[in-house]
Amino acid sequence: MTIPTTLRRVLPQLVALFVILALNTAIAPGFLDIAYANGRLYGSLIDILNRGAPVALLAIGMTLVIATKGIDLSVGAVMAICGAVAAALITNDHSLAVTLVATIGIGILCGLWNGALVAFLGIQPIIATLILMVAGRGIAQLVTEGVILTFNDPGLIFVGTGSVFGIPFPVILWIVIGIAASLLFRTTALGLLVEAIGINRRASMLAGIGTGALLMAVYAASGFCAAVAGIVAAADIRGADANNAGLWLELDAILAVVVGGNSLMGGRFSIAGSLIGAMIIQSVNTGILLAGFPPEFNLVIKAAIIVVILVVQSPASHTLFAFFRHRPRSEPAAASEPGKEAAQ
Amino acid sequence: MIRSEPLLRAEGVTKRFLGVTALSNVDFELAAGEVHALLGENGAGKSTLIKILTGAYRRDGGRISLEGRPIDPSDVMDAQKLGIGTVYQEVNLLPNLTVAENLFLGREPKRFGLTDRREANRRSREILDQYGLHIDVTALLSTYSVAVRQIIAIARAVDLSGKVLILDEPTASLDAAEVTRLFAILDDLKARGLGIVFITHFFDQVYRIADRVTILRNGHKVATRPIAGLERIELVSLMLGRELKEQEEHRAEPVDVSQKPVVASFTGTGKSGRIAPFDLELRAGEVVGMAGLLGSGRTETAELIFGLAQPDSGTVTVDGKTARFSSPRDAISAGFGFCPEDRKQDGIVDDLSVRENIILALQARRGWAKPLSRKEQEAIADRYILALDIRTSDREKPIKFLSGGNQQKVVLARWLATDPRLLILDEPTRGIDVGAHAEIIRLIGELREGGMSLLVISSELEEIVAYATRVRVLADRRHTGELPAGRITADAIMRAIAAGQPDAAGDDDTAGNPARANQPIREGAA
Repeated sequence: MTIPTTLRRVLPQLVALFVILALNTAIAPGFLDIAYANGRLYGSLIDILNRGAPVALLAIGMTLVIATKGIDLSVGAVMAICGAVAAALITNDHSLAVTLVATIGIGILCGLWNGALVAFLGIQPIIATLILMVAGRGIAQLVTEGVILTFNDPGLIFVGTGSVFGIPFPVILWIVIGIAASLLFRTTALGLLVEAIGINRRASMLAGIGTGALLMAVYAASGFCAAVAGIVAAADIRGADANNAGLWLELDAILAVVVGGNSLMGGRFSIAGSLIGAMIIQSVNTGILLAGFPPEFNLVIKAAIIVVILVVQSPASHTLFAFFRHRPRSEPAAASEPGKEAAQ
Repeated sequence: MIRSEPLLRAEGVTKRFLGVTALSNVDFELAAGEVHALLGENGAGKSTLIKILTGAYRRDGGRISLEGRPIDPSDVMDAQKLGIGTVYQEVNLLPNLTVAENLFLGREPKRFGLTDRREANRRSREILDQYGLHIDVTALLSTYSVAVRQIIAIARAVDLSGKVLILDEPTASLDAAEVTRLFAILDDLKARGLGIVFITHFFDQVYRIADRVTILRNGHKVATRPIAGLERIELVSLMLGRELKEQEEHRAEPVDVSQKPVVASFTGTGKSGRIAPFDLELRAGEVVGMAGLLGSGRTETAELIFGLAQPDSGTVTVDGKTARFSSPRDAISAGFGFCPEDRKQDGIVDDLSVRENIILALQARRGWAKPLSRKEQEAIADRYILALDIRTSDREKPIKFLSGGNQQKVVLARWLATDPRLLILDEPTRGIDVGAHAEIIRLIGELREGGMSLLVISSELEEIVAYATRVRVLADRRHTGELPAGRITADAIMRAIAAGQPDAAGDDDTAGNPARANQPIREGAA
């Protein structure tokens, strides 16, 4: 019953995505081609889905954190920690299962640390998560002992480069986790409770919502997503690079959430919107590469495109659209001559 | 006093929000040297009108003129430059700046291109002297009371604008002495030839200060009348648009609850620095009123009972079993509910819909894993929208678009939906209109008859008299006395508050058992 409203909610994001994809097609004629070879799909579209996986995964957790009026700056560093932990465990002959469970456990632990600082010590989220953002890479370097830890375990590498029914495994991961998170939050009352906390934490607490536990859970979810993204990133290059894994991705994830139409002021959220946002960002990245601009232009062009998307989504331009839609065209000067309308 | 050409004139002002007409063809006149009260129930269009006058909203139709010249303020700054200043209910100053910085914010006196702090302080002192306020202007605003801040806000607005002063419920959080002081200042400004628009819910104040009154209802102007010779009852009926019996001192029927089950009892419960230890036994089917001045410990008592603060002494018994509440969550699972005083900060979740606000506490108590289905939510929301006559076009409307009285009813509905055994109401009628006021009082009576136990904090003595079956009196962070059913009159409550000291209250046989911190009130089987 909520499908029409859900669709309406992400419509601006879908339109933006299609415009970017259309631009890409115009720039690179073969853009929409998808080929099947060696049991795997190939093509720019598949590439976007696959390359966008880490940011998409981070954006799922980030959406929930931002919905509580928080922010999680540590996710890039947590990716590095988790990549390092996974590489260290697997190279020390632990089984794949142990490696994955322990790595994800570490990610959740990182999230709980953030959550505890925010929920129980009352530290502002941006500062609380900045601590782990700064310390995290150091921790990751301690784990890898300062080198890029490479590994050859086929099981772990599969997480980053394998495919199921031709679809790259990272794509399956973010889509499944995205749907699972949406279902978890929308079929239970979690979504409502998280939104309530984000809008008015004190009133929520007075209404009997366990705000502390819920905040912990949300940051833990973000840590979980960062752990999965960290494993994907490490598996993709078959090694843990403590310095560069997930570098600046926290900012891309925040951007994905915002481009996805979620307010940094917390409250109403849409995981689907954020995921589309992540794909918009990745499409822009891919499009710039395809266009063959000199690489030094990439970041500037990316910023310009994002600015356009955000301006189109901004409340001010919504007011402007509404103004043009509701005003009769014969009387464009109605605002300056208010007397006329009253007389009607 | 009222000259032929008014200071400020608005004609045919119309404002629509997304197709809903908030103001329709409203005329308004303000003369120089006049206090003009603007009255109306919540949602009548008072705020919309002043926001248009001050440039916060753009009008969709109508003309505004100041001293005969048409004006079209495009924003608040613009209106200030024209001479129209506003002081809002929630004082719009910055508490983390000094008094002088607040007064000169955005127009700091300059010396060699730098802010001349000394000059600002000197002129601030000068300005505030005119208001009889001799305070340290270099201290942070946050160190002063709301009343002082209010005066500073007025001083700033008058200094900035100087022709028209608009006051939006300036007295809502002031006590009687502070109101008197504010009114003296307004009289002064009036004599200086300012036109003052005054919005309030308190009729007494309208009669004390206003020269004329304009009544709005549902976005239309009902009437403008000189206050002299206007009967109170006429004013009420103009506001409500229906005849209303003069509110007589209606007293709650004395009820015998000694046979009713005890819902919760508190023995020697207290928290040092907040509230002295008190005894309190709350039974089903009674309304215990809590009366006292601001800061007498009423809210602190409620917070201890609701688990918002933890007592450091005494015991709490619920259903005969000792209980410890470490959070409101625990209190709620014991069947308690609490409507806080500050509706905006502590009550409503403003972006959520009316439906979601109503089911919030019930859902929180069920836990996240047991969601109420959409159908159940809608049924609950509809039931309370109907039962409490919550005026909203739609249950999916965000609650922030409702008027104050309707927001209060939604918060009340949120607790009623949890079917509480004990409901604590902190100033349930503050800042809401006459109609909703009467409904909430009626509702309290109904809930009591339904067997609920209620603890109601109010500063309106007539109101307490109307619903309380006994009254707990507090002073100076202690429970100092109790008035049993049958002895509750506004006068008696007032005397009990004034008596304050336990011995004094003890002399008066209408007061209950006296108490000191170390000798808390004992419950008697009345």
